[in-house]
Amino acid sequence: MQPHQDWRPTASFDTLRLRAELLARIRAFFTAREVLEVDTPALSCAASTDPALESFSTLYNGPVLAGASLYLHTSPEFPMKRLLAAGSGSIYQLCKVFRDGEFGARHNPEFTLLEWYRTGFDHLDLMDEVEQLLTAVLANIAPLGPVHHWTYRELFLQYASIDPFTVSPGEIQVLLQAGHNISCAALSADDLDGWLDLVMTHLIEPQLGAGLVFVRDYPVSQAALARLRPGTPPVAARFEVYLNGIELANGFYELADAVEQRARFEKELERRRNSGLTAVSLDERLLSALDSGLPDCAGVALGVDRLVMIASGAGSLHDVIAFPFDIS
Amino acid sequence: MAYYSTNEFKGGLKIMIDGDPCAIIENEFVKPGKGQAFVRAKIRNLKTGRVVERTYKSGESLEAADVMDVDLQYLYTDGEFWHFMDPQSFEQQAASAEAVGDAVKWLKEQDMCEVTLWNGTPLAVTPPNFVMLAVADTDPGVRGDTSGGGGKPATLETGAVVRVPLFIDIGETLKIDTRTGEYVGRAKD
Repeated sequence: MQPHQDWRPTASFDTLRLRAELLARIRAFFTAREVLEVDTPALSCAASTDPALESFSTLYNGPVLAGASLYLHTSPEFPMKRLLAAGSGSIYQLCKVFRDGEFGARHNPEFTLLEWYRTGFDHLDLMDEVEQLLTAVLANIAPLGPVHHWTYRELFLQYASIDPFTVSPGEIQVLLQAGHNISCAALSADDLDGWLDLVMTHLIEPQLGAGLVFVRDYPVSQAALARLRPGTPPVAARFEVYLNGIELANGFYELADAVEQRARFEKELERRRNSGLTAVSLDERLLSALDSGLPDCAGVALGVDRLVMIASGAGSLHDVIAFPFDIS
Repeated sequence: MAYYSTNEFKGGLKIMIDGDPCAIIENEFVKPGKGQAFVRAKIRNLKTGRVVERTYKSGESLEAADVMDVDLQYLYTDGEFWHFMDPQSFEQQAASAEAVGDAVKWLKEQDMCEVTLWNGTPLAVTPPNFVMLAVADTDPGVRGDTSGGGGKPATLETGAVVRVPLFIDIGETLKIDTRTGEYVGRAKD
């Protein structure tokens, strides 16, 4: 057998030490604020219904659930909400999550997520805390740069001259092709969110530059787990965090209405069916927990590997993960 | 017909775009956490040489281009076509002026060239990295000047014009780097 030439880590030990330091600072931040660290299952009976996420699945053989399909979690959101509904108070978790099919300079199908929930917070309070966390964690390591706040609509108007709440997919197609030589022939004419994602990733993100950017008030179709805020048009109480132009975190003012949540899950399952994606089972235990009462809370998930990438000035996750999945 | 999924994308993969054979230069996976996954690719049109950017939905399939590179020996031109031969099978290929392109000024009979075939027909010709060509015309050589400074134009047997040192004379054979079009040295006898 030929020896493998690629058995060594792709990240330097300096980077691995930096990674350990960031993790220690994250834990210190939450300890000081009396947010409880928790540990929920990576292997679940139910999966995310989000059509943009593909769960890995596996088979269990043994007592109790013999032959059951189990899923590796794409985020620890559902069991953490069950803890919240059971009365945990504010909680955080650092864990590995898994998303099938995602690999590139900023993606690895297995990655480290920091997810936390704050009872009594709305999404605006939580955005403030994200800024405080990043300030504390990156202190003397990497400058945070200027901080900007946009609504999703303002951001699109500023960087793409598009009003995302009134534009049609056809108009986006013409603007991207004529003005920026960007095209995606396979995006269908009724997939407005897909076209908006194309604008976001291809046109807006490259213009964000250095610094911390908060974007909030998303189209309701882009936030299946967030509360809605009435208005014309109504918007979802969702926010995204970009650091140096890289998507770093996503948060919600959490939807607590079990009936509304079930309806949104079913809508997502229908979209999965229509797109030919794997059918998954709804998380009935989450819905039961919501039904018994989720405290008023906001939650956010932050990509730790990307944070290490930004802190170390690396250009790819490859340089900050000891063993990327292709040499795992 | 063969197809490639975006999951198979990598540098050098040959695909059809708008009816033209193209080669992927580089590709990148782009996906918002809660949104559509894309593959953004930089692609060279093998007919025109132009580089374009295209974005695909992750998982989309594209028609494969039947493109391959073969080493063929240049034989001669009849003015309309440039004829090449496989030295093993003796099979011949006729390349158009469009396919030969800029390589024409380096083509010397019997030299081995890389010919890109699309559906079995020459699409592009790449000359060897180094060619040995005789000087057809240049100003008389200045003896003893090996300083390398200055220089003068020389027309080679294929019609190419390159900058050469002052001491080079008509009839001498020179080694030329076809990638830069620069004089490397005198051919060693």
